[in-house]
Amino acid sequence: MGWLFVGPFGIVFLAFLIAPLAYALYLSLFQKKLIGGTSFVLFDNYVKAFTDPSFLSGVWFVIRFSLVSIPVQILIALALALILDAVTTAFARFSRLMIFLPYAIPTVIGAVMWGFLYSRGFGPLTDIFGLFGATAPDFLSSDLIFYGLLNVVTWQWAGYYMIILYAALQGVDPTLYEAARMDGAGRWQIATRIKIPLIAPALILILVFSLIGTLQFFNEPQILRYLAAGTIGSDFTPNMYAYQQAFSLANFNYGSAISFALGGVVFICVYAFLFFTRKRRSFL
Amino acid sequence: MKRRRILATVAMLAAGTGLVACSSDEGGSDASNCTNTITKQNVPVVTMWGWYPNTQLVVDNFNKQHDDVQVCWTNVGQGGDEYDKFQTAISAGTGAPDVIMVEADRIPTFQIQGALVDIKQYGFDAVKANYGEGAWKDVSVGDAVYGVPVDGGPMGMIYRKDIFDKYKVTPPKTWAEYEQAAQKVKDAGGPLFGDFGANVPAVLMALQIQKGATPFTFDPAQPKAIGVKLNDQASKDVLDYWGGLAKKGLVGTQNQFTPEYITGVINGNYATYISAAWAPGYLTGAGVGKGQDTGKFAVAPLPQWDSANPVQVNWGGSAFSVTKQAKKPELAAKVAYGLYADKESLTDGWTNQIIFPLNLTALKDPAFVDLKVAFFNGQQANKEVYLPAAEAYKGVAYAPFGQYYLDAMEKQVSEIIKGSVTGSQAADRLQEDVAKYAKEQGFTVQ
Repeated sequence: MGWLFVGPFGIVFLAFLIAPLAYALYLSLFQKKLIGGTSFVLFDNYVKAFTDPSFLSGVWFVIRFSLVSIPVQILIALALALILDAVTTAFARFSRLMIFLPYAIPTVIGAVMWGFLYSRGFGPLTDIFGLFGATAPDFLSSDLIFYGLLNVVTWQWAGYYMIILYAALQGVDPTLYEAARMDGAGRWQIATRIKIPLIAPALILILVFSLIGTLQFFNEPQILRYLAAGTIGSDFTPNMYAYQQAFSLANFNYGSAISFALGGVVFICVYAFLFFTRKRRSFL
Repeated sequence: MKRRRILATVAMLAAGTGLVACSSDEGGSDASNCTNTITKQNVPVVTMWGWYPNTQLVVDNFNKQHDDVQVCWTNVGQGGDEYDKFQTAISAGTGAPDVIMVEADRIPTFQIQGALVDIKQYGFDAVKANYGEGAWKDVSVGDAVYGVPVDGGPMGMIYRKDIFDKYKVTPPKTWAEYEQAAQKVKDAGGPLFGDFGANVPAVLMALQIQKGATPFTFDPAQPKAIGVKLNDQASKDVLDYWGGLAKKGLVGTQNQFTPEYITGVINGNYATYISAAWAPGYLTGAGVGKGQDTGKFAVAPLPQWDSANPVQVNWGGSAFSVTKQAKKPELAAKVAYGLYADKESLTDGWTNQIIFPLNLTALKDPAFVDLKVAFFNGQQANKEVYLPAAEAYKGVAYAPFGQYYLDAMEKQVSEIIKGSVTGSQAADRLQEDVAKYAKEQGFTVQ
């Protein structure tokens, strides 16, 4: 009887998750040449991936990007959540909705919109900086693209993380605050000593979410590359590189290998992170 | 709670079956979702992918004139987008259309994968005389013909007459003069003289060929061997030349066909545009040359390295090919031969500068030769620039891994623009990269 209940989920799980993964793994073990056809090469594609400068530079980029973007997003989200938790006016409710709004905008539209805002030809930056007689920074140039993307990602995701943290704060028993106040704790101390430790599991949850998401960075750079003059190459992030290999060069084998190799990198990063925070977590 | 989860699962399953149902008629292999309307019933249908701006008209013309076959057209994207979908369909073994529009330089890429049909046996002799020898050469591999030429891309230098007049420069005849003119305009506080875009590697390839480079040598009799020569002096010189112009701030480095670039063209930020005969049609479509800008453009022959021995080159230009997945190749070949080959379609194409026709009926038409092109303010662009360029064009051997080569080139050009390598270094890296790829693909590289 139990199987009957698990059945529907099991079928979907097998058909749409396990089967495609297994097929991709299978593909990644072969090599197809224009001359000579397909042959079984075992892990050659993986050896190639981990010695391929395009893949390695992509991995290095997403790791660097994670190290900067995740703390920035989480700090902003945490600060906003704490403020909105402490302030309970109608304006706070309105702000909460507005801060969350960017998350409701599809990433594609968000990226296109920022691409236009960054544009030096018809974006507002040129005019605004022009008022002060300065030249606008070009966020689509190779020097500043890192910050350009950082801004897009933070704009999109900080609100979402804020909502998760805010929801966690709502679950904290208010008598704890009362007890803290009785002991002479100020607002600042309540925030740092009571609230943050109590929502630590939620913090770790969003850290894991953002880590996985950032390592698989794809949408924003893929869209901005059409607006940024040669700044973003087709191998900018590992996912973009896998996409190019599979769908542009018809190298599905190597594309699958890159995807799996990236999966390995994600797994290692997430595992390491969870290992170091194992005392705090309660959800995994 | 339980009930809701079951409902959700059922919904997911339903969505899943929906997806499966969709995937079976994905792409153009199914004739039920055409962009055009087929009026004649119970006639065999041939599916086709293409992106000419006037495809609708071309297809309607063909369908009107034929009672034994009808064309079902889908636009799946322009250039690279279409190739990616076709490539995926080739790998999947299903989902490709019967007839597909491809640029001549991509034919070897698909031919080597066995994705295209040699149409020589399906009525080639009847239409052979309609096209020049060079046109056929570009769509052939060895003796086999893998496409029916439609349009070519003889190159010229489109320029802003108002900017040239204002800064008192005349159209440069050589690349040395081009640089001098660019310097002169810059010194006088004028706009950029041109654009060195990373996303148009095919232009740079053409310009390298103009200097005497032969990027690839390929003998179909020995399909396993290929000559790759991307870092000879001519190739290096051209990349150094453009890298130098960009470094001196004489030309822009914007990706082309982007909103940013088109805005720049409309604003008159670029004095010249090195491009092909089909460019005016696409620029007009993007809103260039209208309103205040009407009639500000003119065209001159492509600058030369050695004005005593001019060399003409080509960018783009497409053909209709029959795919291996066509169930009735003979019928598909009939469509490939007949599409865009009737006078009405051709005339519509060249009057709007969407195509530079290769069909001799159009090329020899006095109305075409003498056409006063509105975009160029009545200049007889065909007679003055594009026809001589097309006649002097000798054809090129393209690589069977064109996509990889162009991607690699784009990457190196980006590096030049960033200033991390010189043109010569970029050529060396490109050679190394592409030769390595060719070896990986099983070729013997010479």
